Amino acid sequence: MRRLLPHPLITLALTVVWLLLVNSADSGQIVLGLLLGWAIPLFTLRFWPDTPRIHRPLALLRFIVRVLGDIVTANLTVARLILGRPERLRPVFVSVPLALKSDLAISLLANTLCLTPGTVSSRLSLDRQYLLVHTLDTADPDELAATIKARYEAPLQEIFERC
Amino acid sequence: MLNIAVPLAFALVAAAFALSFWRLLIGPSTPDRILALDTLYINAIALLVLLGIHLSSALYFEAALLIALMGFVGTVALCKYLLRGDIIE
Amino acid sequence: MLDILLSLLILAGAAFAFIGSLGLARLPDFYTRLHGPTKATTLGVGSLLVASAVYFSTRGEGISLHEVLVTLFLFITAPASAHLLSKAALHLQLRSLAPLPEAPETLPDPAAHSPRLLAGEGDD
Repeated sequence: MRRLLPHPLITLALTVVWLLLVNSADSGQIVLGLLLGWAIPLFTLRFWPDTPRIHRPLALLRFIVRVLGDIVTANLTVARLILGRPERLRPVFVSVPLALKSDLAISLLANTLCLTPGTVSSRLSLDRQYLLVHTLDTADPDELAATIKARYEAPLQEIFERC
Repeated sequence: MLNIAVPLAFALVAAAFALSFWRLLIGPSTPDRILALDTLYINAIALLVLLGIHLSSALYFEAALLIALMGFVGTVALCKYLLRGDIIE
Repeated sequence: MLDILLSLLILAGAAFAFIGSLGLARLPDFYTRLHGPTKATTLGVGSLLVASAVYFSTRGEGISLHEVLVTLFLFITAPASAHLLSKAALHLQLRSLAPLPEAPETLPDPAAHSPRLLAGEGDD
C-alpha cells in the first residue's frame, strides 16, 4: 500500500487541480485525474522523502478559515497605511523564536506571515531557531512576536507535530 | 451597472501599471526593479481577467494562468541570481 | 442584485491592485515597498478572479471554477517570492528605515545542502 500509493494527500490534491484545470467534472476526467494523481507522486518520489502527517484535520480547517479572515483585515490595514502618511510608519525587524521543527510547518508559518498581519518573513536562521520578520508599522515588537506565536505557530504545531 | 464598473476598473489597473513602471524606471536598487516586474505580472493577470469579463470570453484564462506560472519562475530565478550569483548550480 | 455584487467585487479588486502599486511607488524603503504588492495586489487579483468565477458560472453554461486555480497559485507563490526578494535585499544590505539585523555568521555552503531540502522552500 505504501509503495503503491506513497502520498494519498498529494494524489487527492492533484486530482482536484486537474479537474479545476479542465473545468469539468465528467467521469472520464475524474478517472484521468486520479490516474495522473497516482502516477505523478510515484515518479517524483525522490523529491518527497517524508510524508507530511496531519494530526488534526478539523484544526487545519479552522486555521485556514482564520487565515482567510485575517488576510482581508490585514489587507485593509496595509491599504490604510499606504494611503496614510509614509513618515508615520514604524517599520522594524523582529526575530521570532521558533518552536516548530518540521520543514513543512516552518514554510507554512512563513507563508502565513507574509499574507497576514502586515509582516513579511525575511530570513530563517541557519540553525532554524529564529525567523526574521519585517513589519510595516509596529509599536511593540515583543508583543508582535507573542501574537505570532500564539495565533499562528501554536495551531500549526498542534496540526503537524503533536502525536 | 457592470458597464460602468468594468471601465472604471480598467482605469484603476492601468494606473497601477503606470505606477509600477515608474518604480521599474527609477529603481534605485535591483531588488526594487525585480519587485516592480513582479507587480507588473500580477497586474497583467488582473488586466486579462478584466478583459475576459468585458468580452464575456473564457479564452483569456489560460493566458492568465501561464503568466502566473512564468512570472513566479522569473522572480525566483532573478532572486536566486542576486543571492548566489548563479541560477542553476 | 448579482450585477451589484459583481461590480463591487470588480471595483474592490481593481482598487486593491491600484493601492498595492501605489505602495510600491510611494513608500520610502525597499522593505516597506515589499508589503504593498505582496498583500494588496494579491487580494486585489483574488477578488477579481472570484468575480470572474461568479460571472462565468451564472451565464448558464455550467459552473466555472478554474479561476480558483490561479487564485490558489497566487496565494501560494506571492509569499515565496516576497520571502526570496527580502532575503536578496538583506544579502545586498539595502538601505532600510528599520535598523538592519546583523548578517548571518557565514553564508550557507552549497556543498552542504542535503537533497531533502528540495521538498521545501523554508531555507535554501
